[in-house]
Amino acid sequence: MADEIKKIATRESYGNALKELAEEYPNLVVLDADLAAATKTGIFKKAYPDRFIDCGIAESNMMGIAAGLAAVGKIPFASSFAMFAAGRAFEQVRNSIGYPHLNVKIGATHAGISVGEDGATHQCNEDLALMRTIPGMVVMCPSDDVEARAAVKAALDYVGPVYIRFGRAAVPVINDRPDYHFEIGKGNVVKEGKDVTIVATGICVDSALGAAALLKEEGIDAEVINICTIKPLDEELIVASAKKTGKVVTVEEHSVIGGLGSAVCDALCKSYPTPVCKLGMQDVYGESGSAAALIEKYGLDAKGVAASVKEFLK
Amino acid sequence: MNNLELQKKANEVRKGIVTAVHSAKAGHPGGSLSAADMFTYLYFEELNVDPKNPDMEDRDRFVLSKGHTAPGLYSALAHRGFFPVEDLKTLRHLGSYLQGHPCIHIPGVDMSSGSLGQGISVAVGMAMGAKLDNKDFRVYTLLGDGEIEEGQVWEAAMFAGHRKLDNLVVIVDNNNLQIDGKIEDVCSPYPIDKKFEAFNFHVINIDAHDFDQIRNAMKEARETKGMPTCIVMHSLKGKGVSYMEDSADWHGKAPNDAEYAQAMADLEKIGEELEKAGEQ
Repeated sequence: MADEIKKIATRESYGNALKELAEEYPNLVVLDADLAAATKTGIFKKAYPDRFIDCGIAESNMMGIAAGLAAVGKIPFASSFAMFAAGRAFEQVRNSIGYPHLNVKIGATHAGISVGEDGATHQCNEDLALMRTIPGMVVMCPSDDVEARAAVKAALDYVGPVYIRFGRAAVPVINDRPDYHFEIGKGNVVKEGKDVTIVATGICVDSALGAAALLKEEGIDAEVINICTIKPLDEELIVASAKKTGKVVTVEEHSVIGGLGSAVCDALCKSYPTPVCKLGMQDVYGESGSAAALIEKYGLDAKGVAASVKEFLK
Repeated sequence: MNNLELQKKANEVRKGIVTAVHSAKAGHPGGSLSAADMFTYLYFEELNVDPKNPDMEDRDRFVLSKGHTAPGLYSALAHRGFFPVEDLKTLRHLGSYLQGHPCIHIPGVDMSSGSLGQGISVAVGMAMGAKLDNKDFRVYTLLGDGEIEEGQVWEAAMFAGHRKLDNLVVIVDNNNLQIDGKIEDVCSPYPIDKKFEAFNFHVINIDAHDFDQIRNAMKEARETKGMPTCIVMHSLKGKGVSYMEDSADWHGKAPNDAEYAQAMADLEKIGEELEKAGEQ
């Protein structure tokens, strides 16, 4: 029954994972910039107040403090909204974290248009593009609770800078299966198909799966790939699927410039040029509205994706 | 080291600065020379560091927030034995480890820096890390007086004051000049001491070229509990090289061969005077 599917926001998964992993990783510390209640680092703060550092509303400084903590052996998770973590503090992330390749993890919540009612100023559709350009930066965008918690753990085990994007809105749990395995840099084929490859990231994986179901009714057999790690990208998996289907659609709650779509195009044009249709924010700002209404308006729900895929295959 | 020994060492550090910048045909001699006495004091007296073990776990940390004065830092590190003095001539050359701005991979360099305003935040993070682990290493950072026009400096200062980071020393090199001219003409950050006081720092004003004052300020900083210390050091940009002194033109310019010869002659003369002073 569709209405019984468990839903949880990946920001909630982030807060829970930090708390759950705190014992196992004694060097883990969490930083926030006055948004602990919203980023859900408040869950960690409540359990480990001595390992939580509120930097106040000063994200640029927070990134530098995280760099300093990492330089003396801590594993800091610096948290804020994606707009401020990747946007405002871009240059601090590049120069104080990326260039010295410090072991800082950036947990960026409230990414994409599913931020909803706050509107365009807070809907960051550029973070994946910005973070991808930093040499040595791992960029992840988990699709659900299971993947978000796995990504946090993987980031802790990886030595070096990592950016993880989390969402505000509750999303269905789609990876809760016994054979689920998470590895940085590895994508998953979540549905096999032969007519078209839909590559999706984050909350759009659920839309892609929904679209595949709708397309099936019309006789189109779509393959759906879940890409959590935008960088380094699982190029092998994407190229293999493109060779099978010959057509690729990318779906992301992000600008079509510089994010998953661009990364997929970069991979394909190098070894197997394939027509690609990039779905996402088409070089526009978002606006106020409920998350669901916005996702629908910008064509990123199952119906919208299915319609775009059909149009592309014509 | 006594003051005369420190003065002699600082003079050698200054020669290394002008030699490096001359060889690079680019770089920032003015602010390197104004802080040369401080670089010398830090690496020969103050910091608990080991050139044979530059990554020693609980060493004191130094972050050069005004990273463009890398020639000053590199020259002090080289003279302290972190790498050969001869390598200073490779500064900014393709393939050299001595990058134009400090890089964490250089022996003795604790943090990559150079984008102004960022180094102080990293130093604050290091000091915070020491506090979290109850470690007693200390953290020092050097900023330019023009650099403190960056807003991030005050975000960092607010945090350091709020967290009472008494293991942190923020040094401001107040040579009164930035690229576009006098700091009070460009966008005045004065009064510098009052600003840091307002951010809950213990503030000490000193003459940047007086080793007694530097020594006493560092002692006072160590003895100050419950708040970070800010040392505002009043310095002469280009100190030691006659034609570079108090000149914004020499902020970021390399001397040509004739100018280099003049600079070295100036510093040789100072060296000779220091030798004579030692014999008396």
